[in-house]
Formats: sequence, structure tokens, C-alpha cells
Amino acid sequence: MKERADNSNNPFGLSRREFLKWSSALGATALSVGGISEVIGSIESKTHPFVLADRIVRTGCPAHNCGGRCLLKVFVKDEKIIRIETDDRPNDSIEDPQLRACIRGRAYRKRQYHPDRLKYPLKRIGKRGEGKFERISWDEAYDIIVSEIKRIKDTYGNSSIYVPYGTGSYNQVNGRQTAVRLFNLIGGSLGFYNSYSWAAISKATPYVFGTSVTGNQRQDWVNSKYIIMWSWNPCEMRDGTNSEYFLKKAKENGARIICIDPRMSMSAVALADEWIPIRPGTDVAMMSAMAYVMITQDLYDQEFVKKYCVGFDSSQMPEGLEREESYKDYILGIRDGIPKTPQWAEEITTVPKETIINIAHEYATIKPAMLYQGYGMQRRAYGETAVIGGCVLAALSGNIGIPGGCASGIALQADDGGPFWNVFPTGPNPIKTRIPTFLWTEAVLRGQELSVAEGVVGADKLDNNVKLIYAVATNALINQHANVNRTAKILEDEKLVEFIVVHEQFMTPTAKFADIVLPVCTQFEVWGLEDGWKYGDEVILMPKIVDPPFETKSDYQICSEIADRFGVKYQYTEGRTEKDWIEWTIEEYRKTRFPNVPNLKEFEKSNKGVYSTPITEPKIAFRDFRNNPQKNPLKTPSGRIEIFSKTLFEMQKPCTIPPIPKYIQEWESPFGEEAKKYPLQAVGHHYMGRVHSTHDNNEWTDEAFPQRVFINPVDALERNVEDGDEVKVFNDRGTIIIKCRVTKRILPGVIDIPQGAWWTPDKNGIDRRGCINVLTSEKWTPLAFGNAQHTIMVQLEKA
Amino acid sequence: MKKQYAFYIDTSRCSGCKACQAACNDKHNTGNGILWRRVYEVSGGDWIRKGNAWLPQVFAYNISMACNHCEDPICVKTCPTKAIYQRKDGIVLIDENKCIGCRYCEWSCPYGAPQYDSNKGVMTKCTFCYDYINEGKNPSCVDACPMRVLEFGEFKELKKKYGELAEVYPLPDSSITKPALVINPHKDSLNKPDIYLAISNKEEV
Repeated sequence: MKERADNSNNPFGLSRREFLKWSSALGATALSVGGISEVIGSIESKTHPFVLADRIVRTGCPAHNCGGRCLLKVFVKDEKIIRIETDDRPNDSIEDPQLRACIRGRAYRKRQYHPDRLKYPLKRIGKRGEGKFERISWDEAYDIIVSEIKRIKDTYGNSSIYVPYGTGSYNQVNGRQTAVRLFNLIGGSLGFYNSYSWAAISKATPYVFGTSVTGNQRQDWVNSKYIIMWSWNPCEMRDGTNSEYFLKKAKENGARIICIDPRMSMSAVALADEWIPIRPGTDVAMMSAMAYVMITQDLYDQEFVKKYCVGFDSSQMPEGLEREESYKDYILGIRDGIPKTPQWAEEITTVPKETIINIAHEYATIKPAMLYQGYGMQRRAYGETAVIGGCVLAALSGNIGIPGGCASGIALQADDGGPFWNVFPTGPNPIKTRIPTFLWTEAVLRGQELSVAEGVVGADKLDNNVKLIYAVATNALINQHANVNRTAKILEDEKLVEFIVVHEQFMTPTAKFADIVLPVCTQFEVWGLEDGWKYGDEVILMPKIVDPPFETKSDYQICSEIADRFGVKYQYTEGRTEKDWIEWTIEEYRKTRFPNVPNLKEFEKSNKGVYSTPITEPKIAFRDFRNNPQKNPLKTPSGRIEIFSKTLFEMQKPCTIPPIPKYIQEWESPFGEEAKKYPLQAVGHHYMGRVHSTHDNNEWTDEAFPQRVFINPVDALERNVEDGDEVKVFNDRGTIIIKCRVTKRILPGVIDIPQGAWWTPDKNGIDRRGCINVLTSEKWTPLAFGNAQHTIMVQLEKA
Repeated sequence: MKKQYAFYIDTSRCSGCKACQAACNDKHNTGNGILWRRVYEVSGGDWIRKGNAWLPQVFAYNISMACNHCEDPICVKTCPTKAIYQRKDGIVLIDENKCIGCRYCEWSCPYGAPQYDSNKGVMTKCTFCYDYINEGKNPSCVDACPMRVLEFGEFKELKKKYGELAEVYPLPDSSITKPALVINPHKDSLNKPDIYLAISNKEEV
């Protein structure tokens, strides 16, 4: 990274920006050489000339995969973006708050005008992954791509083609959906399901509730009097534009807020009354002990559990399973002889038993209360159980179906599940087989062996290995997938994946593994439209603001030109330009979530950027069920909240997929043999300066949030490591060397390497940028076949 | 009576997200070491081991800080070329044509507000976005804040609304320069002896 300008040492040898601890007497004797100058109006304009924009356009912040969908006000002069401001609609209110952008949006010009933007199509000339390319023409690029697609289709069939997970663009006409549509018109491609974000939570939640719509609309959060942010860090990840602001409003409304997280996140700093650090991967142990307190002290909502749940105790077990272990049996230790007491949980979680007892009391008695689960704790070995454990606590406390409460789980927004993300139609895929997205390297190595046992859906097994990867808006081929060194070896082998195309804006670690790289415009350079992410009741127009530079094109344009070469151009475009598709998209919204959304012409003319509907009566999930469970049963097998899931029971994998949420020691854990060699747990939180790996090359965000390993002083002292030292972090899968930050804001025994830094191996294969996936494991979770990338053990020493 | 514009910062709810810093970077084309607005993370405390449990006694908060356009601006007094001046509305500005880059102001300001631009060879600092103020708008940083913890206004109005606190650890004694600043303190910055609070993100500011 670039060295900072010489500002740290001034001529007086004082470190400039640490506040001086002067006495006022000293201050008064400081060099005094003159009085206040007269104001001369013209000085300001000479020193700080105003730059007048030719035009100002309101637009959506480029839709990557952060939780935010914000409004930008873009100043353009001489066809260049010269300034970016944010939502300035008057009457910022809780019903219809301004969509204020974070640092990533405000610093976007450094990405937009980055000197490293890809300008021309590139063809690989070195070994795959080596990063050596030569410039070619678009025609040559298309010729190669078309002939390779044809060859691989003919040799192996369409099921050997894969358009991988990619979340870099969600503006309709930029993004992987454009390539899926292309392949669907020429025979299809192997599909996938799930995500790297919330595989376990999206899979597990419906086992309890029969739906993913378990969250009250956010305006309701202000009605809560007790909020547990469990592994939830809305400030740093931006879990929805304004989520942190709604929590601030809840706080002002008298809520007590607790944060349970191994890091004292900025959400804990800015919102919480109490931070409870917990050993990663042990959340279910703490949940179980809270349940123990609630049960043994008669604090749980007995009436609610009796009326709305199944599987709590032996009186409400599913038919035929009356003799199986109920949740209460497990908590009290009736069968296994281990009561899940706070003392038991303290040993596992590091949370003092007094704290657990206190939190259980508070959660059970302060009404209404909201236990909100983040996603970090479910990107772990048995992430599904942590999700279900939270849902069960919500049921025991009776906070379901009421204002100010929360059912936990994935908590998609009531009443309709929230935004659409992508409306651009991909069309039907002739290939019906899908894999769990996290298992794509398995589909490369041994696709023909993959079956339903490893999550294949749509067929009993795959009929192909993946032979062609067409990657759009993704850095998950290398950087964001687990175990980078393993993935790199797989992709280097041209006998496995025979052809790789990457659409990109920069030469990312993923792009380095392409055979052909195609340069893509940014979302400021093409028409687009975005809606809220997980939450949100707005659509945001993204007019084309500046022209695509050099030879860059939109993903849509590229795919339509390839479609042309396959003779399906009209089928692909239906005669529409990118702007026409946005018009089409708006009409889709009109038919569904937003009947009163203006048409494109009005929307564009108004230059408002956003259409939103103020929320005065926030929707409450499960309200109907709570009012009348007979008339409005859940879509679970029992029609009730399933504390015990018969469906999970029937899978007959009690050690990994228990029918009730049980604490299971992770496969890499401080309690295992592996801890002797690798004693530290490593997590990778969502860094404020990046959206996953997007913006890692942005000098403004990097200056604000430099990539560091965060380590507690207790662990640093043991290793003779000081703040700012270069440290080596390693396990059997790889090694990184970067600087560390010694901080008290993390639990001893845990280090944090913010995820998303671009893998930058030196000649010895040691990553010098701090990509945590050098250390993570490709092993997947048992029920969702999801990523468990946070479950890793490492060692750290001074480099 | 003389006008005096001021900033209000609610440090109790500042998430350290630095949207304000980036907004300032973007509006004024600064960066690469020059941060007219920057965010200090202050933390301290200790970890207590009790058997297998860890008891955190950890404290942390953020302070977003620009120029405080002080009522008694020491930078104006120390500038040997009178390049720094205070307008009648309290805004302190640097006339870059007069500035010789001697960095006295940098040394004298207890807040680190004036910053040296090595490319131009002159000092630079927060202008309060006086161009926006002229247009009746807030400074860019204020309207950037996703947590809505920054405000701008007349000093006496802000004091009436939020009180007169203008220093929390580790800000200097406010009597040195009389900063036009009102602070709502974070719970962790109050009356906690022996917790060794310190700026913990020095390389970022």
C-alpha cells in the first residue's frame, strides 16, 4: 500500500494528531504574533475556488453486496464525477428516513477513477493464475469465448458450464444474472443454491417456523424494550441502510441493548449498554444455559410454549416420537446427565455464569424483547444449531408475533419477505441440477460423484464435472472462497476447468485466474435500478451518469453480443436496451411491491433518485398466528413452532443435525487436539472500508480502515508482539504476514482478520495483504451445505 | 452580537464509520494523509480472568473531530504571516497565498486541525464548508452521518440544546482555545479512573 504523505512528524517532533495535553497556562504563552485578520471576501474564493457542477444526478449507490442500498447525489462536470453527496431529502424521519451512504459510497470516486480500472479485453499468456495477459480486441475475445463454449458444450454438455456465485453487482443489467440468461438460451448451465452470507440461517429458520419471514418491519424496533444483538453488527456491515439508526431510536425510546460478540464491535460501542464477549462457535452453549435459567426459575412463557410450540417437553412431542429427548430433557440433562447450567456454559463460552443468569432474567422479564441474530455465528461448523437455538429462546420468552418482539432466525421483513434484489429475468434453465454454492470446487474435482448426500438437488447426482466457468461480478473463485491455496491449485490445472472467463473492473485475484478477462463498466456508467437489501421499502433509480471509459461495456452488453454470435440475440435482448430493461423492471415493481411507483420517464425527470413508501404501521411477523393459531397455522409439519423438528429427527444424524438445538463442539476448536498447534480462533468480520472484497483497492477507505490482524494484549504479550508489528498468521492451509493492531476490543484467544482483502502471495506463497481465506477451510455445514469459514484455528507469531 | 458557528458531536452514538471523513475527503479532494475530519477511537480497560471465564472491563468510544473554529483560535495568534484569520461568523480559514508552510499552526493547535499539504507546501484545514453555509446548507460531514450524531449550528443555540461540555478524554482543556464544540459524552468516557484510555487507532488519524 501507498505510504502516507509526510505528516506524521512535524519539525517540532510532536506526533501531530494526538491531542496535546497542555495546561491552559502553557497555551496562553504560546507564540503570539498577531491579532485577527480582517475578513477579505475574495481570499476564500482564491484559496478554495468553488467548483460548479454542470449537473447533479441523484442515483443509487452502486449495488454491491453490502446490506445498504443508499442514495447518492452525484456532481458531474465535464462528463466526470467530481463530488458525491448523499440523500438530502427534507423531513428525515423514522417513517421514511434518508438513505445516507457510508464511507464506501462516499469514497466511490477513488474506485470509479482508479488508475487500475481494466480498459481492454485481455487474453492470458502466462500460466493460469500467474497474472500475465495481453490486450486483444473484443472480436478476438468473443471468437475465443464462443468457440470454447461450443467445444465444451459439444464435448461434455451444458451441465459442465457453471456461472458461479457473484454478488458484485445488483443493478439488473450488471451482474451474474446477465450471464445466466445467456446460458439459459443456449442449453443452460449447472445451477446453484445458497449463498456465502447466510446459508445456514436461511436453511435452518424454516424448520422452526415454516418461513423465512420472521422479522418485524424495522420501524417496529423502536417499540422494543430489550434488544440482544447476537453476533449482529449492523454498524460495520451495514445490515440494511439505517438499521443502526433504528436501533439508536430504540435506545432513545428506552431500550436496553446487549451485544454478544467475540469482538467489541462498533455496534457494541455505539449502541450497547453491555457487551458480552463469547468464544466463537459456542453460542448454543450460552443459549442453552439461558434456557436452563428460564426453565428452572419458571421465567419462561409457559402459556405461549404450550399453545404455540411443539417439542418443548415430553407432553408435546410429535406423534410416534413421545419417547425421544425433548428440549427440556436436554436442557435439564435428563438423558445425557449434563444439566446445561450457567456454570457448564461458562467453561465453554468464557461468559461468566453470573452474566448468563442476568441476561436470561432480563430477556425473560423485560417485555417486549428482541433477540436479533447476525450471520457471523452461522458461518460456522454447526451454524444451523445456533440459528435454531436463538429461535427457541424467542419462543420460550414469548416474544413472537408482537410489536417490539422478534422471532429470531433469518428475520426477513414482514409481511412479504422484503426486496427482490434482482428482477432482470434469467429465463428457465434447461439444466435442472443445482449444487450448494459452497461446494463448487467439489463439482470441479469430482462432480460426477456428487449426489443428494452432498446437497445436489434437481437430480440424484451430477452427470459432469465443471469444465467451463463463466464468472461475472465475483471474487469468490479465489478470494472469497475458502482455502485459497487449495482453490488456486484446482484452478491452475487446465485439465480440470478447461476455460475460465471473468467479467471484471479490476485485476482481482479471481480475474488473475481467467483465460479471458472482459472489462466491465461501473454502475455509474450504465442504467440500473436497485431496491432495499434485506429490508427497505424503496426502489432507487440508477441513471447512467457518465460514459463507460476506454473499451468497457456492461455485463448485459457483453452477454448480448455473445448471444448474437450464438444466433439468439433477439431472444436475449427482446429488442431492449439497458435503459429499456430498467423501464421493464419498474413495471414489474408496479405489479408487485410498489403499485404507485412512477414510470421511468417521471422517475428520471424528477431526479429524486428514490421512490419510498413511509411506514407508519410496521408489519409484525406471526401476528395472525399469535391471534389464532388454529386458523392461521405455520407452514411447519405440526403447524406450530417446532422446538423439536420431526423432519430433522428423520434425517437420523443426531450428532450433527440434532432435532433440537444442541451445543456441538466444532471440528476446529480450542477444545480439540488441533489447539495444541494452533491455539487461536480466527474470525473475519465485515470491514467498514469494504463490501466483501470490493473497495479493497480504494485509497480513501484503506486509509480509514487499513488491513490489520486484531489481537488482544493478553495474546500479544505471550507472543512478544507489539502494536504495529508485522505478524505471521498460519495454519496447515496457509500463511499470511501483515501488521497487527493490539486491541482490547477482542476476546483473548481470538484474533480478527477482516475478510475481503485481496490475496497477494509473495514468491514463497505467503499472502502479504491479509486475505483470511488463506487460512479457512472448505469443509461445509451438515444441514445447509453452507460455508463454515469462521471455524478455524491458527497460530500467530512475530514475523 | 458576533456569530459563532459550531459543531455538535454525540460521541455516545458515534460508530466510527468515517462516512464524515470520506465526505470531507470527497468534497475537498483531500486524502493521502490529510484528514480535515478524522475519527479517533479511544479505548482502554482490562481483562480479568476468573477460572475459565473472562470478565471484560473494556471501554471504547469514538470522537469525530475536525477544526473547532475556536473562539480563541491559537493558530491565528501563532501564524507569523497572518495567513490564518477568523471571519466574523467565527470560521477560521487559511489564506494559502500568504501561508509559507512553516507549520507553527500545526504545532500550536491542540486538536491537530491544520495539516500540511506537502504537494502545495502550505497548511490546509477544515473550512466549515463555508460555501455550503452560504447556501444555507450544513457542512458536508454533518449531513453524511448515518447515525445522525453530528450537528452544525450557532454555538449558543447548540449549547442551549446540548450543554456546555467541550472536552472528553483525550481532548485538551477547552480553556486553551475555547473550541466552538459541544459534546455529548459516551458512557465510557465518564469518571472511570485507572482504565488507561488511549487513542487506539493512531495510524488512522
